[in-house]
Amino acid sequence: MFDQKPVPGKLIAVEGLDGSGKSTQVYLLHQWLQGLGCKVYFTEWNSSDLVREATKKGKKRQLLTPTTFCLIHATDFADRYDRQILPMLKGGYIVLCDRYKFTSFARDTVRGNDPGWVREIYSYARQPDIVFYFKLPLETALGRILEGRPDLKYFEAGMDLGLSADINESFRVFQSRVMSQYDLMADEFGFTVIDATLPIHRQQERVRGLITEQIDLARFRGKV
Amino acid sequence: MLEKRCYRASPPGVDPDRLGGLLIVVEGPDSSGRSTQIRMLSEWLEQKGFAVAQVGLKRSALVSAELERAMQGNVLSPRTMSLFYATDFYDQLENSIVPALRAGSIVLADRYIFTLIARDVVRGANPAWVETLYSRALVPDAVYYLTLSPRSLVDRTLEAHGYLDYWESGMDIGHSRDWFESFVWYQRRIREEFGRLQNRFRFETINANRSVRTTQNDLRKRIDAVLQQALAKL
Repeated sequence: MFDQKPVPGKLIAVEGLDGSGKSTQVYLLHQWLQGLGCKVYFTEWNSSDLVREATKKGKKRQLLTPTTFCLIHATDFADRYDRQILPMLKGGYIVLCDRYKFTSFARDTVRGNDPGWVREIYSYARQPDIVFYFKLPLETALGRILEGRPDLKYFEAGMDLGLSADINESFRVFQSRVMSQYDLMADEFGFTVIDATLPIHRQQERVRGLITEQIDLARFRGKV
Repeated sequence: MLEKRCYRASPPGVDPDRLGGLLIVVEGPDSSGRSTQIRMLSEWLEQKGFAVAQVGLKRSALVSAELERAMQGNVLSPRTMSLFYATDFYDQLENSIVPALRAGSIVLADRYIFTLIARDVVRGANPAWVETLYSRALVPDAVYYLTLSPRSLVDRTLEAHGYLDYWESGMDIGHSRDWFESFVWYQRRIREEFGRLQNRFRFETINANRSVRTTQNDLRKRIDAVLQQALAKL
């Protein structure tokens, strides 16, 4: 099942806590690669047209359990993987993923699912060429979210786990557990850790530098 | 009542030790008379004074409508379909089957994980992957697999509907462009998969070539034995 056959494309994923700034970084990366004239494709977590309606309904009406939360996101991912990510890789694109299977490994394990079960469900999904993990102290990540956007959503704050009746407190505990999972995975899956407390342009410099070192970008240019 | 357990670990929040009732599964192809048999079993059990809950595939509050829409469009990959069906299955397991068993009801399941596994494997899924996907399911107290000869299956299907169903003919697989040929081939492949599953997930085969009444009596006799066994442990 595990399909790691060589493909002409390259797969780059960004992971990190809410508030780590990873979406900004992957946006800047996308802009840069496009500017260079590279064949590049961007996809984000939980965005399949076919599945998103069901996920939205499940979240809004709080219908999801740890098991169905995991599976509905896995359905969304499979749809994007089979119809977008893998064909793009075979077609020779650099594919940028804002969150990849590691997001599920972190969140769904915190929700009480067996880590082995969750990993097996995603076992068909290739290991990316590079996974950037935007790491920062928990308090900094919490501060960015809790100051800037106080209307947390039920599942986002892990309210389904019954950690606290206070949504902000629940979010804190949930995020701290998700962070522990990311830290554990950093070794297991060989994440490239980026210090997300650095100024945005410094982080981006580092990301671009690493990509230039590891990927022959000339191969992806001027073919679109 | 009989002890409940899941195939491997149970889903978070589900405690099999707290479940009573009985989980009885009827498997078999469309046109095997499955729904009729289940309706008759339900009436019979209620006459005996048992509360009955019925579940089936693609009936979850969470995703059944979306799954139906996706099937009409037929653009999902087989893997996406597997996971969509698994979501539907676990939603019903946790929100219909488990509460009914906790209340001590008899749950009659119109198909269960075996149909789902067989369909996925025939479509090329890795059997170990699909079985892991469904490894959180509750082990039923009894599984009855209605079988029909391939000839009767064709005859009954054509007689009942006057046409062949796209998915039940496996047309999405592209084995043959001829619907009749594809239907016969697909149903044979499903049957082979059930044969493979039967060795590992103990189910009883019921010959559904017989009359509705004879088949029903056979099922009742077997379920009665399970009931006696369960009641003895009360």
